[in-house]
Amino acid sequence: MPESPNPANSPGSVEPAQKPLTAIPTLAQTATERKTVAVSSALERIRRTHPRSSRIPDKTFALLILLTGLSVFAIVVFVAWELVDKSKLSLHQFGFSFFWGRDWDPVNDQYGALPFIYGTLVSSFLALLIAVPLSIGVAVFITEMCPIRLRPIISFLVELLAAIPSVIYGLWGVFALAPLLREYVEPFLAKTLGWTGFFSGPMYGIGMLAAGIIMSIMVIPIISSITREVLTAVPQSQREAVLALGATRWEMIRMGVLRNARIGIVGGIILGLGRALGETMAVTMVIGNRAEISRSLFAPGYTMASVIANEFTEATGDLYLSALVEIGLALFLVTLIVNALARLLVWTITRGQTGRASA
Amino acid sequence: MHKPPESPQTLSIWRRLTNHTATGFAVVAAVLVIVPLLAIFVDLVMKGASSFNLAFLTQTPKPPGEVGGGMANAIVGTGLILAVASVLGLPLGIGCGIYLAEYGRGRSGDLIRFTADVLNGIPSIVIGMAVYGLIVLRQKHFSAFSGGVALGIMMIPTIARATEEMLLMVPNVVREAALGLGIPKWRTALSITLRTASAGVITGCMLAFARVAGETAPLLFTAFGNQFWNLKLNQPTAALSLQVYTYGLSPYDDWHKQAWTGALILIVMIVGAVAAVRIVTSRGKLKGAS
Repeated sequence: MPESPNPANSPGSVEPAQKPLTAIPTLAQTATERKTVAVSSALERIRRTHPRSSRIPDKTFALLILLTGLSVFAIVVFVAWELVDKSKLSLHQFGFSFFWGRDWDPVNDQYGALPFIYGTLVSSFLALLIAVPLSIGVAVFITEMCPIRLRPIISFLVELLAAIPSVIYGLWGVFALAPLLREYVEPFLAKTLGWTGFFSGPMYGIGMLAAGIIMSIMVIPIISSITREVLTAVPQSQREAVLALGATRWEMIRMGVLRNARIGIVGGIILGLGRALGETMAVTMVIGNRAEISRSLFAPGYTMASVIANEFTEATGDLYLSALVEIGLALFLVTLIVNALARLLVWTITRGQTGRASA
Repeated sequence: MHKPPESPQTLSIWRRLTNHTATGFAVVAAVLVIVPLLAIFVDLVMKGASSFNLAFLTQTPKPPGEVGGGMANAIVGTGLILAVASVLGLPLGIGCGIYLAEYGRGRSGDLIRFTADVLNGIPSIVIGMAVYGLIVLRQKHFSAFSGGVALGIMMIPTIARATEEMLLMVPNVVREAALGLGIPKWRTALSITLRTASAGVITGCMLAFARVAGETAPLLFTAFGNQFWNLKLNQPTAALSLQVYTYGLSPYDDWHKQAWTGALILIVMIVGAVAAVRIVTSRGKLKGAS
């Protein structure tokens, strides 16, 4: 039958079908309204017959619980205030030039944070470069390919990576990873990719490359667990639909799963970035701690978090201390923005999904 | 009209190749992620077990150069700091979780939920700095108490979000039944809802505990470390993680060995907690509820 192109007919045919649809909820609404009115009036009567004293514990409990909830807010505000307050001196002295000054010279009270900012950015970027493909690969493997019995084992092992303390990663980095890099990986990289300039110079093992690798191992569980969460939230019917069109498994994953989950994955990556930026102990132990900007990834560097870890307790002089706190403040603000962004992304995704699932 | 469909054989050479490559990549990724984990554990056991002995658990550190000694004071110090952290973190974290699940439905709940996530993301070293300003500067000396406060603050968001998640899994019928019996809301929240969700809440607490047990960065300028016994809350205190850090970066061979042993004890504690939680949750939790 040819479709009727008559526009005059269609609204007329739709309207009678819609009427009962709109009528039912209103009926239901009035019913529930009547019920809630009845219940609340009954509650009111109970309340009136009960002595007033029985309501006081309820009120105090609600207040106490509200206070504990607000404590989280208070802590964040307090941390911010403490950092601003203690870094005033340095903020006034250097202003914004603090962030592009290249000299970190406590002896002459001259402070510029650029080498640390550079080190933090490069090591975090390197970590993400390694961690992102691996964690997405692992997440896809666990959710889409792995035999169902192996699934909990592998996800437990990946989760276990997150449970290892930073200082143990550092210890392992110094005594196991650094020698490995020095003896095998760095000579190989220098021979094959030395012409790029990123892999040249003396090979200590300890340096920017080691920091990036250690940090990537620490970031993988974060990105992969969020990715896994988002992937499992993709409805099964999506996969089946793409498979029914004759897609291979990879095409199904690419078109049916990853495309739907991409915003959530980006959120997970940003969350991983937030962790990488603030990572302290492991990086401090393997990055070499030299406040220099060098193109080669073999060279030692320094990050914002590790300069605080190394120098904060030894800082003599108010300006020195204040400059370190200002680095902490910058770190705080950057991680705050990064985390907020990531949470918003992940939130919008999971919210949309629960909405769709319940609808 | 009669054009034959493309044969799947000729069509899929490229597609089959990418399919296999993708599968191979995912497998390789899984292997590459798990290999460092195994390497770390093997190294920990191999290097850590060799200098593990009774003295390690019962003696304080010897001065550099003298062989022997142990980390008994650091183990006790870690316990002390974690006790302070739990006293602060558990009630605040669980309370915050109850607020989010039972009271925080509107804007304020969203705000606090968001703040908890932000607090979770603040680098631990920055929290250490803030606590240094709050407590250490005022007291004029490093202390176990300040270290505990720093770790306690870090526990709060993890516990809060876990508690919220678990409380939300308790079906509303349970709350309505309790309220219908005339039980006041505070009693319902504590004795009914929280009780029902207790297994999950304990899991969250253990995970938060495990997470801060190995923290080092915030202790650097709060607990500070100590080579001797200390049981006082207002004195600098050794912690296992701090000891591993200083020993690991020291130039002495014997200390390196001790650092590995300390790390082994630390990881056994943490993984033990996590694994215990795993076993408990896989048995029960709220399977019937949801």
